[in-house]
Amino acid sequence: MAALTPISRTKPVFYLSVVAAFGALAGLFVGTAQGSGPLGIVIGAIAMAAVAFVLTTVISNERVGRLGLMLLMAIAGWMFGGIPGIVVGLAFGWFFAWLSYWLYEGRYRAKVPPYLTGGQVLWHYTFRVICGAIFIFLITPILVVMPLSFNAENFFTFTPEMLRFDPAGYSLKHYRDFFSNQDWQNAVRNSIRIAPAATLLSVGFGTLAAIGLSQPHMPFRRVIMAILISPMIVPLIISAAGMYFFYSRIGLQGTYLGVVLAHAALGIPFVIITVTATLVGFDNSLTRAAANMGASPVRTFFKVQMPLILPGVISGGLFAFITSFDEVVVVLFVGSAGQKTLPWQMFTGLREQISPTILAVATLLVGISICLLTTLEFLRRRSERLRGMSPS
Amino acid sequence: MSDVNDATTAKTAPTPDDGLKIADGPVLAADGTPLKKSLSRALRVQKLRALALVAPLLIFVLVTFIAPIADMLFRSVENEIVSETLPRTTDLLADWDAESGTPPGAPVFKALFKDIFEAQEAKLHTRLGSRLNYELTGVSSLFRKSGRKVEDMAEVYQDQFEKLDRFWKKGENWNTLMGSDAWNADMAGWDPKSDDKQPKFELRDGIDVFLPATSESFANYAKFTQVEDEDNLAKKDPWALVYSSLYDDLQRAEPVTFAGLKVAGAAELSEAASAVADFETVNFAEAFTKIDKDWQDVEVWRTIQAYSPRYTNGYFLNAIDMQKGADGPEMRPENQQIYLTLFWRTMVMSIVITVSCILLGYPVAWLLANLPARTANLLMILVLLPFWTSLLVRTSAWKVMLQHQGVVNETLVWLGIVATDDRLALINNQTGTIIAMTHILLPFMILPLYSVMATVPQTYLRAAKSLGATNWTAFWRVYFPQSVPGIGAGSILVFILSIGYYITPEIVGGTSGTFISNRIAYHISSSLNWGLGAALGAILLAAVLLLYYAYDKIVGIDNVKLGG
Repeated sequence: MAALTPISRTKPVFYLSVVAAFGALAGLFVGTAQGSGPLGIVIGAIAMAAVAFVLTTVISNERVGRLGLMLLMAIAGWMFGGIPGIVVGLAFGWFFAWLSYWLYEGRYRAKVPPYLTGGQVLWHYTFRVICGAIFIFLITPILVVMPLSFNAENFFTFTPEMLRFDPAGYSLKHYRDFFSNQDWQNAVRNSIRIAPAATLLSVGFGTLAAIGLSQPHMPFRRVIMAILISPMIVPLIISAAGMYFFYSRIGLQGTYLGVVLAHAALGIPFVIITVTATLVGFDNSLTRAAANMGASPVRTFFKVQMPLILPGVISGGLFAFITSFDEVVVVLFVGSAGQKTLPWQMFTGLREQISPTILAVATLLVGISICLLTTLEFLRRRSERLRGMSPS
Repeated sequence: MSDVNDATTAKTAPTPDDGLKIADGPVLAADGTPLKKSLSRALRVQKLRALALVAPLLIFVLVTFIAPIADMLFRSVENEIVSETLPRTTDLLADWDAESGTPPGAPVFKALFKDIFEAQEAKLHTRLGSRLNYELTGVSSLFRKSGRKVEDMAEVYQDQFEKLDRFWKKGENWNTLMGSDAWNADMAGWDPKSDDKQPKFELRDGIDVFLPATSESFANYAKFTQVEDEDNLAKKDPWALVYSSLYDDLQRAEPVTFAGLKVAGAAELSEAASAVADFETVNFAEAFTKIDKDWQDVEVWRTIQAYSPRYTNGYFLNAIDMQKGADGPEMRPENQQIYLTLFWRTMVMSIVITVSCILLGYPVAWLLANLPARTANLLMILVLLPFWTSLLVRTSAWKVMLQHQGVVNETLVWLGIVATDDRLALINNQTGTIIAMTHILLPFMILPLYSVMATVPQTYLRAAKSLGATNWTAFWRVYFPQSVPGIGAGSILVFILSIGYYITPEIVGGTSGTFISNRIAYHISSSLNWGLGAALGAILLAAVLLLYYAYDKIVGIDNVKLGG
């Protein structure tokens, strides 16, 4: 966004005091970690105000000022806390240099409307910080798992070696364990055998039904829709209990087929929802045009309708796949030891003997979800382009 | 006035289809049928085609999903085990008056003896015991003990018959006496080592007139041996119960009547018939009381009587901490009430989770809806990545982070916020469940909120402010009301998902942070009280369906959006 407001340099009282306040906050943490909080506050406030003053009045070149401060803080950090200290110092240095110049040059005003009062600008940035904290809350668990999976020890926390970035603190042993352990490999094999079969079933039935549901003259649409969506709404534990009772009556409990059928039922709502959403913008005159030119209904379906709704079908399929691949409650009840899937293995691992191998598996699964997410986003854009909507 | 005028002008003025109307009444389609009929036929064909497309899936879902749910609901009221295991006892007990304060009479104890004897042969008495134990503690051991001892009661008769004549000792003699000639011939021709099926036992014609009780017991024994145990009937000796039945029959019958029975063993029967008068007998009521004095406890009999019907509301009463008392349903004693607390806790924690999702989701959704598209899409990845990450991965991440020695505690200690020996207990309690589930369900709040907020024009806020509203007024009076549908949709979604959650509470919830689902799972896989598990499930299902209905009314099922 271009600058909205012309900016000018601010008064020293303003920026020095704000930087000092941040310095006090940083000093509080460093101080408590080192032994004395109040002392840290005072030192932090004074030091950072001084730094800001020096940066803005003594050093004329901004780039030199920034690099200099980062270097200085890194050295200070190293003296306090070794290699992890350098990282913290670099981060602090970068932040305070940026903050000082940001405030001094009045850049914080550039991207907000000119009519905002000082309080409103403050709220604007406070709000951003709050949102940032929530984003961190959202993403941290995933980010923490990844480095921990390279832990050389069987601990679930960062060892001092890891914090020192000592290569000895890192290893691939949990990954090796995952790839060599028969239990885990069996679980992977089962997951790979079950998920695609379930996906195929739900996509096949689901696409047909979605086309039917999108016809203009569908009777009982609401009721049928409610029934078809219900596997998504009914709590998994209830589905699992019901399937356990019913499938053991008809001899499907503990069989591969039983698990596949159960997972297919769970995946169907996702296929229905995504495919009907794609069909909303479908131009029915296309099929009529095809019929007009002599194409049979089957040919029309595969040559005209299918390519247009394919993105929706694929993303529905991905949803169905991830539902089955990620599902644990139903397989826990409907399956037997022979159908132990990856999530099941993780679940028992978490409940009984928690081993860091789980973290390695988790990291691999995050990799898979990133691939899926990318594919889905790509498909969504393609679908919107095909249907003549502008990609958002 | 003008209407009349219009009508008259319409009548007189010529219209394009006048010619058609005059020509031949109704409008016709190309093939000569009336157009109306032809159109409705086309509509019907279209409807049928649409239904035909949906039908395979509908049948699939009905079989693989709806039928299991129906089965679960059925199990929550089904109670056939009592009347199936103790058929005679429950029949007789129907006439017993629990209010009388005295245990039922001798016939009931005799029926109980027969029922338990057959049940313990089939190993069903312990199952019945544990079923009734859900209703009255102690019944399980009562049935287990009695099952071990009923054999002794019957053997009193067996020993006396066998002492009287060696004839009664042999299974073959019994088979000849009780089985039909044709069946005996079949058995003789059957080779146990071959794959042929063992000839199915048939009672001798007319034997049930002479020996009704014995015929019944023997037929049960024969059927059980052949079908359940898959044993060779020719090699087995009958149950002791058969002897006690024989005693009953002989005592009743006139000795002379056996003369008409033309079969090997008629003579022994007559001999026994004259001897039974001197037999030592068993007083079943006393015998059972000797096994356990609880058999004289009216409460035990009342429980058996109360659970005799094939269908019961007992599981549902249990699920809301009630029980069948002497006069209708009553609350359980305070110290046995767990389910209402659990339902309440599930409710409260789900509300807390929903509220924290609103509090955390609202600012983020607002930011995403008001940022330029490019930045918003980038930030959206931070929301979608957790959404797409395996549930187990996120749960294990929280388990790792919240542990006593976990990342959160270590960081807090390192920062000096908490001392190293009073680390926060963040896991295996309600805090753990709330934190982890808020994180897991947050995307389900942000996505609907975002899709609603994206439709609210930003100019409204500016307009409000230019008219003199303060920031807060502009937000609260102008923006917030328009985002309420998003909050509603997100809240119901999060609430529905959270009250039925199982995995996360199971792993991070410990004992105080678990939900009703965990209890259902416990009853189904550990305590094997399936009926109670099903009843708890049915109540939970009812709550969810109610919310689902509300969601459908507010948002519409068709409007569920997945992943932005």
